[in-house]
Amino acid sequence: MSSREATRADICALAVAECFRDDGEIMVSAMGTTPSLGARLAKATFAPDLLMTDGYNLLLRRALPLGARPNDDDIEGWMPFGSVFDTLWWGRRHVMMGASQIDQFGNQNIACIGPWERPKAQLLGVRGAPGNTINHVTSYWVPNHNARALVPEVDMVSGVGYDRAASLGSRGGRFHEIRRVISNLGVFDFNTPDRRMRLASLHPGIELQQVIDNTGFELVIPDGGVDTTPVPTPEIVGVLRELDPQGYAQKEVVV
Amino acid sequence: MTADEAVSEVTDGMTIGIGGWGSRRKPMSFVRALVRKGVKDLTVVSYGGPDIGILCATGQLKKAVYGFVSLDSIPLEPHFRKARQQGTIEAVELDEGMFLLGLRAAAQRLPFLPTRAGLGSDVLKINPQLKTVKSPYADGEELVAVPALNVDIAFIHMNRADAQGNGQSLGRDPYFDNLFCMAAKKAFMSCEKIVSTDELVAGGPLQSLLINRMMVGGVVEAPGGAHFTECPPDYPRDEAFQREYAKTAKDDDAWSAFRAKYLDVSEADYQKAVSS
Repeated sequence: MSSREATRADICALAVAECFRDDGEIMVSAMGTTPSLGARLAKATFAPDLLMTDGYNLLLRRALPLGARPNDDDIEGWMPFGSVFDTLWWGRRHVMMGASQIDQFGNQNIACIGPWERPKAQLLGVRGAPGNTINHVTSYWVPNHNARALVPEVDMVSGVGYDRAASLGSRGGRFHEIRRVISNLGVFDFNTPDRRMRLASLHPGIELQQVIDNTGFELVIPDGGVDTTPVPTPEIVGVLRELDPQGYAQKEVVV
Repeated sequence: MTADEAVSEVTDGMTIGIGGWGSRRKPMSFVRALVRKGVKDLTVVSYGGPDIGILCATGQLKKAVYGFVSLDSIPLEPHFRKARQQGTIEAVELDEGMFLLGLRAAAQRLPFLPTRAGLGSDVLKINPQLKTVKSPYADGEELVAVPALNVDIAFIHMNRADAQGNGQSLGRDPYFDNLFCMAAKKAFMSCEKIVSTDELVAGGPLQSLLINRMMVGGVVEAPGGAHFTECPPDYPRDEAFQREYAKTAKDDDAWSAFRAKYLDVSEADYQKAVSS
């Protein structure tokens, strides 16, 4: 991938990066290829204050290419799992997770398909999703937007959505925020009166009907037309090529 | 002492705590000793990896208590997946942070520790034993009361230890092995190498001395004792072996062959088999 022409994967990576733009000095934990690339793009360009790890326990001064191993002079701190939990309970963290299923209020499932007691498919389990979503900002990445992933009701609520958070009252849910959902088709947020998922922008070349047909619930479509997701400039595409020299993200995004 | 001697204290139906994290610095020589002993109906409390997977595959695990069960480079433990989908084990699935608080509560001899984690999620639905608690202060906030994860016997693996039971973690993450020891009635520690106390203290920064001798009831020297999980800086994960292990979840004959070659043998023969 040497071309400076932006691909869909590049558009997605920039859309991911935009989720972290105004986060300031907090830790970003990005699960998966495109979230990792997007978070690194943010740190390398417009959000240098973000703290990020190598995926293990080292905080790194600079955004390294995907797959690169840090040298000693890349390190700025130590973040073993015990400190990750302290940080997430402290709230100075923004996580981007995947979602095997997500519903219109942003309830996410990564645990299992079918009844939990004896699942048809055991997935990852809830992992840290319950604690993440109730303690700090969360965003989601869906590389293959379809009606099996964006569903009317998830099989098991791992990450907490807006309706569930609201039911906890003003104290219990006060740290809950789902910033955005990025998919291979568009950008989605919850900036609606009843906190239902809204189409914020369509990636270039994607038709509104394509998104509607591939979403298993009724999306809020803004009155007066839908925005188009920004296309990265050649300069940004250049940074993306440096951060993902193997083109891992190009393979992840379903076109 | 030997791993087999340590494991002789485990009886059917006990609750076992296992240190490490996923496929990282797991006390696998103890797990292998548990398989040799054939003790059954175990409840295993673990940030799970192949410890839970192997004990699922051998049918010795009755109940798994976990924040996750993963092989890291293989995101979901395949033998655990199979056991869950076939409904052959009981499960207590907790948020990863809730699990830590359960360990801390046990270590502090508290009935529970409060947290926001779990509120609003189905973790409370699948675990009807979990209760909430109301803050007694003016805020009145409702929180999850994570019950203590008390265990009968804990097993951990360190890089170095002295014969008295002081243990050293030389990797970059200590995980929660100290809490596993303190959550247990009795704990056993294996290590890559037993050294003198002088060598132990000189062998790394003081903060690497994670385990002190109050915490453990016995030390086993087990070179390669975490294999095939990683034990940095002594060795990385044996990814090829882990892939071979993972494949056996899809094929009963392959599992039988794996078990005969690598589990129904002494630790010495295991180490010989994996180094050849």
